[in-house]
Amino acid sequence: MQVKSLDDGVQVPAGGAAAVPAFGPPLIQASGLGVRRGERWLVRGVDLTIRPGEIVTLIGPNGSGKSTTVKALLGILPLSEGSVARTPGLSIGYLPQRLAIDWTMPLTVRRLMTLTGRHGATEVAQALAEVGIPHLADAPVQQLSGGEFQRALLARALIRRPALLVLDEPVQSVDFVGEIALYELIHGIRERLGCGILMISHDLHIVMGKTDTVVCLNGHVCCSGTPQAVTESPEYRALFGSQAAAALAIYRHDHDHVHLEDGSVVHDHDHNHRHHHPHRDPGVERGGDAG
Amino acid sequence: MLDDFFTRALIGGVGVALVAGPLGCFIVWRRMAYFGDTMAHSALLGVALALLLEIHITAGVFAIAAAVAFALLLLQRQQVLPTDALLGILSHSTLALGLVLVAFMAWVRIDLIGYLFGDLLAVSRLDIALIYGGGVAVLAVLAAIWRPLLAATVSDELAAAEALHPERARFVFMILMAGVIAIAMKIVGILLITSLLVIPAATARRFAGGPEQMALLAAAIGAVAVVLGLFGSLEFDTPSGPSVVVAALCLFLASLLRLAFRRRGAGQLPPRDAQKGPAG
Repeated sequence: MQVKSLDDGVQVPAGGAAAVPAFGPPLIQASGLGVRRGERWLVRGVDLTIRPGEIVTLIGPNGSGKSTTVKALLGILPLSEGSVARTPGLSIGYLPQRLAIDWTMPLTVRRLMTLTGRHGATEVAQALAEVGIPHLADAPVQQLSGGEFQRALLARALIRRPALLVLDEPVQSVDFVGEIALYELIHGIRERLGCGILMISHDLHIVMGKTDTVVCLNGHVCCSGTPQAVTESPEYRALFGSQAAAALAIYRHDHDHVHLEDGSVVHDHDHNHRHHHPHRDPGVERGGDAG
Repeated sequence: MLDDFFTRALIGGVGVALVAGPLGCFIVWRRMAYFGDTMAHSALLGVALALLLEIHITAGVFAIAAAVAFALLLLQRQQVLPTDALLGILSHSTLALGLVLVAFMAWVRIDLIGYLFGDLLAVSRLDIALIYGGGVAVLAVLAAIWRPLLAATVSDELAAAEALHPERARFVFMILMAGVIAIAMKIVGILLITSLLVIPAATARRFAGGPEQMALLAAAIGAVAVVLGLFGSLEFDTPSGPSVVVAALCLFLASLLRLAFRRRGAGQLPPRDAQKGPAG
């Protein structure tokens, strides 16, 4: 499959955080990826590319094969057809969709950080500070709230300094304000680390403004491209209906986030107030979570 | 020193407990208690086959326990039946097969009760050598696969995504389980092996702050249970294997008491221990 370089002139400034995404050669690339269970294809014919510094978001209805695609891409599920090519030695940080840690295992947030690799105390402290939960280092993971747990998992993925960060519904079981703070955090990570991010999300209205590439799945790739292009495509509108219209409206209003340099948690209601509008829109789901 | 049967029993029992503790933690974390039980029950079939083929009994038990574990993994993957039904079938049919096979072999006389419930007071020097040699090997391998196995226990997907090969760790863990069953059978017997794996680990959970700590504590608690049980068995003239299990149970109950006290204490001091809402 052809690998096109978006703009050879733009490079990540040496040693500095890249505010402007500078996409290089692909970190990982799926061609014609398909996964079959029994007689049924869960997904088929998926082409997907993630480059350094790029945020790619997978959207699609429930059962559209988003998680399956990600798992096949990461080698968790075997491919039934197609191929996945990755940069040799690609370091991956993964935040799975479902992770229930049995209470029989005593596990603190600190110990969770070194679950899949060795990391020093300074690194652990730094990773926890990065996601805004330095005070929870000694808390048992089973006692964290939904948002705290997702942050801890994010820190665990980040501590590996991944070239590719894969987030399967990172804001699940997080309330609405926490959701926005978490998305801001993820956006900030890309800018600081310059890693590629592959994300699955249900929150069309928030994600659209923060993504470079959107891939809309429904068993196959319905449409993909910039958020603007996808939201305007008829396939997307057919799939998401009224929700799509709301997301499009928000996308156009949503370019002015302020990121805190230190990556600290934003719980500032004033700062986030404009995000609440779409939530009141009857066309937007997740109303139950926001409270 | 090893001339005394009681000393040999103590040394052998403590050796088994030290190995069973850390492995038992994984049994508890992975919710494999019944799985372990099934492997243990198959041990009698191993004994029978070993007698039939005239190989060392420990080797026979190890081979059959490992074979049953892999048969189970394969059947699970085929999704023929739910796991608990598969376990029920394999567990009792291998035990029954063993018993029937032993009955057919009229030319051998074996101490069936000894195999089923352990014969701690008949531990030989060779047994001790097997327990410590095998035990050190099991613990060394467990230490080597600790990180991938622990990561896979938390999340198979996470471990797979981050290149820790959870399948490999699980495979090795099954082999280790078979090894522990082979060396522990003599001590507590086929029917009671799982208790030595599960009870010390469950007791340790109350006191441990991390997985590694829990593994070490489980080993220590198991060793204490062996010592208490053996002295109790000597004192009250009770069977040694069951006495060890009863001692382990007493330690577990004591740990529950501690928990109850802590809960009451927390109730009296609401602001200090007040926890957040339920985890997600």
